[in-house]
Amino acid sequence: MTERINSAWSPSSREAERAIARKRISHKQGLIAAASSIFVIGTLIAIVVSSPGWEVVKRTFFDIDYGREVLPTVIAGLWINLQLTFIGGACIGVIALGLALMRTTKSPALTPFRFLATAYVDIFRGAPLILIILLVGFGVPALRLSGISSNVIFLGTVAVVLTYSAYVAEVIRSGILSIHPSQRAAARSLGLTSGQTMRYVVLPQAIRRVVPPLLNDFVSLLKDTGLVSILGVTDAVRAAQINSSRTFNYTPYVVAAILFLFITIPMTRYTDRAIRQRTNAQNSEGVI
Amino acid sequence: MVNVLELIDIRKSFGEELVLNHLSLSVPEHTATVLIGASGSGKSTLLRCINLLESIDDGQIFLDGNEISDPLINVDDVRRKLGMVFQSFNLFPHKTVLENITLAPIKVQGKKKEEAIETAQKLLKRFDLADKADQYPDRLSGGQQQRVAIIRSLACNPRLLLLDEITSALDPVLVNEVLSIVRDLKSDGMTMVLATHEMGFATQVADEVCFLESGNILERGSAQEVLHNPKILKTQEFLKRVHEAGRL
Repeated sequence: MTERINSAWSPSSREAERAIARKRISHKQGLIAAASSIFVIGTLIAIVVSSPGWEVVKRTFFDIDYGREVLPTVIAGLWINLQLTFIGGACIGVIALGLALMRTTKSPALTPFRFLATAYVDIFRGAPLILIILLVGFGVPALRLSGISSNVIFLGTVAVVLTYSAYVAEVIRSGILSIHPSQRAAARSLGLTSGQTMRYVVLPQAIRRVVPPLLNDFVSLLKDTGLVSILGVTDAVRAAQINSSRTFNYTPYVVAAILFLFITIPMTRYTDRAIRQRTNAQNSEGVI
Repeated sequence: MVNVLELIDIRKSFGEELVLNHLSLSVPEHTATVLIGASGSGKSTLLRCINLLESIDDGQIFLDGNEISDPLINVDDVRRKLGMVFQSFNLFPHKTVLENITLAPIKVQGKKKEEAIETAQKLLKRFDLADKADQYPDRLSGGQQQRVAIIRSLACNPRLLLLDEITSALDPVLVNEVLSIVRDLKSDGMTMVLATHEMGFATQVADEVCFLESGNILERGSAQEVLHNPKILKTQEFLKRVHEAGRL
């Protein structure tokens, strides 16, 4: 462990000179960066605004008054997307964990489940999400089964959960496989059963390792909930679509996009940070 | 004396490569058996076979007179009686020192949590690690990590302790703090089988030294006999190489 930096330290005269020089350099670099940014961005704005079609573009996509008018309905729609994301996300977590465990088990009694889980993941990871949404959203009500809801929000959520469980199961499984076999050997040599080894030693480490990629999937999930709009769910996308098709002005789409970005950009930034921390932690793990 | 461990005519291969061949060994109670030999001579594989982490191709292994090489045996029951310490420590990085030590006593032996913690703290205190109980392994030095790994095995009250080159991943200064624990255990009467490259240490603790070469025990006897007056040419050559490397 390193010693704490001595608070009584004061820089030597040479270090003081160097500090002044470093400050001068960074000051100069800051000026250059600012000047170049102003020039490039200013030029881009000038080109866009002075182009002949700009007025039409502005009216069609960036009508601020109209945007304000539709904002409440789009926000109400976005609330549906968020609910879908969180409720769906919880179901996905549970199902995906089950699938990942089934795929990594070696127990002979569970062999059929391992086979089924593999088939499930292959099918739902390989088929386009929109197809699954159409199949479940329109196909299931067509069966006229009693006891199964034909609520489009419910069916849309089921379709998204089915597909994303396959994605997330693979992420968790890769985490399980990334744990070094010596950890398993240590646990088994202490007398832990293979189930206990998975639960107390492998899984906690695996989940920690896959948190960043899972956050990525969570952002994708939020965006992909927009696809349930094709079933007629009045989510943010659908709300924007209804308004646009009424007025032939596309500002509502832009409003919806901006609202999504308000949520997804902070989340991706946070994910990037989590990945960086994870990498740093891994590099300092040393011999374990 | 009772034999805790009895190996009869063990054979083990990995694919084409024969790792253990016609290997027999008896380990009486309260004795330390030291395995020496070059890398790849089969020392680690032998320990892993005893612990049933590897399956053998032929031969028999008896623990306290019960055949544990029987495919119908419950491997978890066998491993409960054996302690194993690895070259690379293999502590659980997501658990504190105390949690590492109490995991098996609580989950495997069904001890109460308080009881397991008390035992663990006693052991930590005995080996000068009491202040590390709540640390995570990555905050510990290699020597401390390996001492915790030994304590983790001891907390299960093993009938037999298997030590697989436990100082090979440590720098020379840290080696001694780990070896002194093993000396303590030896004087407590713990039955041990250990693979090591530390010949001086082997001389101190070994009741029997076995020289392994190509999966077989070529020479066996007391430390005095094998390490200082080896009769077989291959043993002499091996010890000469170790001596030249400055490890004797």
